[in-house]
Amino acid sequence: MNAPETNLQINAWRGFKEGEWQKKVAVRDFIQLNYTPYEGDDSFIAGPTDRTKKVWDKLSEMLKAERAAPGQVLDVAADRGTSITAFGPGYIDKDLEKIVGVQTDAPLKRAIFPNTGLRMVQSSLEEIGRELDPKVEEIFHKYRKDHNSGVFDIYNPLIRACRSSGVITGLPDAYGRGRIIGDYRRVALYGIDQLIEFKKAEKAETDDFDFTEDTIRLREELSEQIRALGELKEMAASYGFDIGKPAATAQEAIQWTYFGYLAAIKEQNGAAMSIGRISTFLDIYIERDLKEGKITEAEAQEFIDDLVIKLRIVRFLRTEEYNSLYSGDPTWVTESIGGMGKDGRTLVSKNSFRFLNTLFNLGPAPEPNLTVLWSPALPQGFKNFCAKVSIETSSIQYESDEQMRPHWGDDYAIACCVSAMEVGKQMQFFGARCNLAKAMLYAINGGVDEKTGKKVVPGFEPITSEYLDYDEVMAKYDKMMDWLAATYVKALNAIHYMHDKYSYERIEMALHDRDILRTMACGIAGLSVAADSLSAIKYAKVKTIRNEAGTAVDFEIEGEYPAFGNNDDRVDSIAVYLTESFMNKVKSHKTYRNSLPTQSILTITSNVVYGKKTGNTPDGRRAGAPFAPGANPMNGRDTSGFVAAGASVAKLPYEAALDGISWTASATPDALGHSLADRVNNLTACLDGFCNATGFHINVNVLNRDTLLDAMDHPEKYPQLTIRVSGYAVNFIKLTREQQLDVINRTFHVKC
Amino acid sequence: MTIEIVEVQKPLGEIVPAMVDENGKMCGFVHSFETGAAVDGPGMRFVVFVSGCQFRCLYCHNPDTWKLHNGKQKTVDEVVAEIGKYAAFLKMTGGLTISGGEPLMQAHFVGEIFYRVKQQYGLHTALDTQGFLAAHLDDSWFDNVDLVLLDIKQFNPERYEKLTGKPLQPTLDFARRLQKMGKKIWLRYVLVPGWSDDVDDVEGLAAFVQSLGSIVERVEVLPFHKMGEHKWEELGMKYELGDVEPPSIELAERVRDQFRARGLNTY
Repeated sequence: MNAPETNLQINAWRGFKEGEWQKKVAVRDFIQLNYTPYEGDDSFIAGPTDRTKKVWDKLSEMLKAERAAPGQVLDVAADRGTSITAFGPGYIDKDLEKIVGVQTDAPLKRAIFPNTGLRMVQSSLEEIGRELDPKVEEIFHKYRKDHNSGVFDIYNPLIRACRSSGVITGLPDAYGRGRIIGDYRRVALYGIDQLIEFKKAEKAETDDFDFTEDTIRLREELSEQIRALGELKEMAASYGFDIGKPAATAQEAIQWTYFGYLAAIKEQNGAAMSIGRISTFLDIYIERDLKEGKITEAEAQEFIDDLVIKLRIVRFLRTEEYNSLYSGDPTWVTESIGGMGKDGRTLVSKNSFRFLNTLFNLGPAPEPNLTVLWSPALPQGFKNFCAKVSIETSSIQYESDEQMRPHWGDDYAIACCVSAMEVGKQMQFFGARCNLAKAMLYAINGGVDEKTGKKVVPGFEPITSEYLDYDEVMAKYDKMMDWLAATYVKALNAIHYMHDKYSYERIEMALHDRDILRTMACGIAGLSVAADSLSAIKYAKVKTIRNEAGTAVDFEIEGEYPAFGNNDDRVDSIAVYLTESFMNKVKSHKTYRNSLPTQSILTITSNVVYGKKTGNTPDGRRAGAPFAPGANPMNGRDTSGFVAAGASVAKLPYEAALDGISWTASATPDALGHSLADRVNNLTACLDGFCNATGFHINVNVLNRDTLLDAMDHPEKYPQLTIRVSGYAVNFIKLTREQQLDVINRTFHVKC
Repeated sequence: MTIEIVEVQKPLGEIVPAMVDENGKMCGFVHSFETGAAVDGPGMRFVVFVSGCQFRCLYCHNPDTWKLHNGKQKTVDEVVAEIGKYAAFLKMTGGLTISGGEPLMQAHFVGEIFYRVKQQYGLHTALDTQGFLAAHLDDSWFDNVDLVLLDIKQFNPERYEKLTGKPLQPTLDFARRLQKMGKKIWLRYVLVPGWSDDVDDVEGLAAFVQSLGSIVERVEVLPFHKMGEHKWEELGMKYELGDVEPPSIELAERVRDQFRARGLNTY
């Protein structure tokens, strides 16, 4: 795929160290040869300029209007299905903006995505009192099929039953699957014209392949990718930029990269639309401009502030049902920051600081989902700055670079909350999650749903003894998980086949290599409920209380049992066993496109919905009560403190949950130390400790419960109050009351 | 020859005799563990809360630790093993703090834990105490204690006794003894409006603390809070400070400034 260097490239690449990256798409190679590691502290950082403040203030007013609008939706373009080129340019303030581009022709105006599911579009419009243009409806009824219809053509009755009972929830069968990260940096480094040439060459290589179904699909996809790149160029031209050529300045590099991302969010409404790992890449351009005297530090910060403003207003139209699973209108514009290189140099650059600094310059915000790739080897100045940002904004999350680098190298990024993937070389088939706690009740009740009394799973006999026997429960639970895994993988295969067919991510995949690693990202919810229930059965006595039909609908615990979250191996080993066991069951099935099965222990905010759909459990949890989020211990049961809770979670093996393990911890500021310096030291020490203990992910909240209670009553006082929930952050006042209460009821580690 | 009977002045209070379990292992009563404490000594601390205390402080937020048998019987081995799970982390970031209750009430048990933790893990150790029982112990008992978090709850003897139910003097004697031993201390003072916010009382304490010299690394003024109120109710006791509100930020700063004015490093 050699390409001759053009004059445009010679200018755009001036001063860069030469390498393989000039001959083929190799962004990592470019970064490694050209970036400047930064080992210092935050003293260089610049505050917001007047221009930045003006843009942000103007947008803040729009955000206020959005919160007040029906369904918190300011406006919808319901007259056309969206695409990369469906809308002309839109601005917050054309004269002031340094980085431009919004999803439709106006900020906060949402587009509709009928390709993923017309019904979803219709319901979300109805809920806010809007109507779909009849033309769009006609197209999808008469001439075109959507992803959602395709999936339901395939589902069997058992999958439908699992979906409606809630033992499997959140499947992306009516909305975009997301969690695919285009390598948007390629747009800046190579320009669209060169990328099209590379793609054409990739396609030409398949000219002589046997035209099997796989090859035919691949060739169609490559053709679509090439078309999408052309549309991206056209879209950028509507804003007055020629991105056919590579970016020649920092401002252009940021703008080009953002255009790539913007095309993706114009075309796909994936649950998570993450941006990747762009900060240190962009730093190379900023460093060059700073050296050439083209820009000042204040201007560099201004570009990043302006980019982040755009990333804060990514919007999709969702239904109420969707919002109950993924509360607070999240978009997971995840940007992965920091980490260490394979050669031992840190990947922290000054731009890593600039991204985090937006939380000070613009105030706290849930998006973009700033994710620090943590390692004890990170420079102390950066660690301290991260801790300070956490303590003051509760807006960032941490994931262990030490866990991920050995698997995915040093140019991976996080999609969504905790899903690592090598940028441009790997994607995943997002599979939501199944409910391990409810599956246990099914095992006890022979497949009868404890809420509805309906037989959901055929071929299982219930347990009839008054007291539950650990071995008997485990034997039945094991078989029930076998059944669940089989049904679950069937559903996922159907979904991803149809998503590829009817809602293929053309532009995101155009910014990938042709031959990539695909993972099938399964997930489990209710791990701590299931582990505690088994612990109660094993170490205490659990008596069943049955209704007239003989279904166990409640449990009485006699005695005490060790609960997950106290660093007690008796129960922690049960949680480890469940994780490994379910992963192995999933692995025994054939997956779509030979994808590699993985799983996450992550719930987003669906822990509330899962709890609602699950009856009383043997651990003493009441019917309807929320599960703990992600891999968290159940609220209030982790009584030995923050470090013991983290130690329990850290025992869950990443190898059996390669799609990530989420832990959310909240502490009051007082509990972290008496002064900011103490708090910073203690938090960095805890992060190092958790990382050393093989912990994977931690959301850090440093908040007082009283602040949250006050915000429930006086939301107008807290427009930017941000809190990490489970792999992402939310604007607290945008949560439903139920979700707010769930957050408040979570374990807060307080000063004792 | 007549034998002169010298009356040795016996220190106030009593230390619980050393205890062993049915296997002959040394044991004591532990109320709970806290693994992630950041305000009980330098860095992140593992805190062992032992049960038993002779004081009856009106503001106590752990009245459920007053009686020895409020705790669970645990052997030294068990406690040390639990700490051991975190030894690598604690070595790097903090250490062990033993609090209570009043740790000196179970001085045999507590002393053994400190000894073992020093021997086995080399951790930094801190003792959180009001010092009332310290006169019962030899200086060597403190060899395995790196830092004393010394609570002086009032400086006016009458008010001290009203607030705690015990006299002040043993605590002040202990402070002087620590000065002689050159043992580092963090002085802790719970600020309760109406009970310990008097300007002159604070001034007296500040002068005393200043006179202890370089052993004082820190003064921590801890604003009174009512997070323990529900425990009093659960124990069927009347909480007498129910009407007292936590101190204002201004009041807390005034008191801190009184310490700072004497060159004390105050939080």
